[in-house]
Amino acid sequence: MPEVELRFVLNGKPVRAFVKPNLTLLDLLRHDFKLTGTKKGCDRGDCGTCTVLLDEKPVNSCLVLAPKVNGRKVTTIEGLGEPSRLDPLQESFVNFKAVQCGFCSPGMLLSAKALLNENPHPSREEVKRAISGNLCRCTGYTQIIDAILAAAKRSTSR
Amino acid sequence: MVHLSIKHFEYFQVGSIKEAISLLDKYGEEAEVVAGGTDLVPQLKAREVEPKYVVDISGIKDLDYVEDYREGLRIGAVTTYDTLDKSPLILRKAPVLAEAVHGVGNAQIRNLGTIGGNLANASPAADTAPPLMVSEASLKIMGPGKERLIPVEDFFPSANASVLQKNELLTEIQIPDMPANTGEAFIKLGRRAGPDLSIASVAVALTLDGDICKDVRIALGSVGPTVLRARKTEDYLRGERLERKVLEECSEIVAKEIKPISDVRASAEHRTEVTKSLMGNAVQIAMSRGGRGR
Repeated sequence: MPEVELRFVLNGKPVRAFVKPNLTLLDLLRHDFKLTGTKKGCDRGDCGTCTVLLDEKPVNSCLVLAPKVNGRKVTTIEGLGEPSRLDPLQESFVNFKAVQCGFCSPGMLLSAKALLNENPHPSREEVKRAISGNLCRCTGYTQIIDAILAAAKRSTSR
Repeated sequence: MVHLSIKHFEYFQVGSIKEAISLLDKYGEEAEVVAGGTDLVPQLKAREVEPKYVVDISGIKDLDYVEDYREGLRIGAVTTYDTLDKSPLILRKAPVLAEAVHGVGNAQIRNLGTIGGNLANASPAADTAPPLMVSEASLKIMGPGKERLIPVEDFFPSANASVLQKNELLTEIQIPDMPANTGEAFIKLGRRAGPDLSIASVAVALTLDGDICKDVRIALGSVGPTVLRARKTEDYLRGERLERKVLEECSEIVAKEIKPISDVRASAEHRTEVTKSLMGNAVQIAMSRGGRGR
C-alpha cells in the first residue's frame, strides 16, 4: 500500500513523516514521534484522553486519520509547557491537586487551553461544557474545574 | 482489550467537488467518503466498512460556508458543528438547528464532525435531521455532470441508508425561513446529562394564531428505523386550541406513530414513554417562543 508523505507543524516545529493512510493521528504521535503524553483510552472517540489541538481546536486524535494533518498544526501536551516552565494551567492543576491517576490530565489540559485561548473569562458552566468530552474517573471534576477557573483569573490579573 | 486496526486503503485528500466526484465515479462501490471522520473512523476500526479507497472531502473550501440566501439559509456540507454552533446567522435564522447543534457530542466531536456527514451517515439518532425536517430543508446532491435537489424527508429510505448513489456527493443544505409567528424547539434525552447519543429526540415547528395551532411540523429521532415526520400527530394538532387536554392527546397519538426498538441505550417501552413526555414539552416550549412573535 502506498505511503503518504506528511508535512505539518508539531508543537511549533515543522516535521515530516511517511505514513500508511490507515494510521490514526493518535498512533502516529505515540509510535512514530514517541510522544506518549497523548493517551489511548477507548480509541473510539468517547473518553477524550487522546485530545490534541488541531489548528488550535481540541479533537480526538483517535478519530483523525493521520494523512488529514498534512499542512496543519498539531499541539500535544508535550508542546504546552516544559518541566522548568509550566503553562499557568499546569501550575494551577498542581496547586489544586487536580491530578490523581493522571491518565485524563493531558487531554483535560488541552481542552482547557483551547477554552482559555478562545474565551479568557469563562463561567463555571462554560468550563464544564468545554471539558465534557474528557472523562475523569478519579477526581469528580471539582478540583479540575477550580484549577481552570483559577488559571483564568490569574492570567487576567497579570 | 480488542486491538482495533484499520484495513489498508488508498487515501485521497481532495480540494474540489469535481475531483471528489470524479474519484467516486471511478472507484464507486469500493470507495467511502469521509469528512470529519467521527462516524467513519470507528466503523473502519470495527471493520464494519472495508473500503479500498477513502476520499476525504473535509478540505474542500467551497463546501465550508453558512450564507444568507434570499428567504433562507445555505450551508456547505463540510461545515462543522462548531462553526454552526458559533454562527449568529444560524441562531437567528434557524434556531431549531442551532439548538440541536449546541447539544451534539462534545467540543472534540463538534470540531471534527460536519452537518453533511451527520446526514450522509444516516443514523436514526442524527441530531441535525429532525430540525432540518421541521424546517422543510432541501439537500443538494451532485454527481458526474448532474445535480438534484431533494427534500431532507426523502433522503433516508431505510435504516442507516441514504439515497446517495456511490458516485454522488451531498454538497449543500438549503433551509427556507420559517413562517411568521412560528416557535421552534428541539429536545433530546440521552442516558446521562453529559454528551451522549439520544434515546429519543423531538423537533417541533409550531405556527400560532393566538393560542390556536395554525400549522405544525414534528420530527422524531431514535424512535424508528429512520428519523421520521409525525404526520398523524401534526394532523391532529392543526386547528386545535393548545390546551392541556390537547397536549395530552397529542402525546398519546405520537406514541402510536413511532416504531422504537430495544437496544443497548433503551427499551422500546422506555423510548415510547420518553417520546410522549418530550412531545408535550417540545410543543409547550415552541408555543412560548411562537407567542413572542419570533
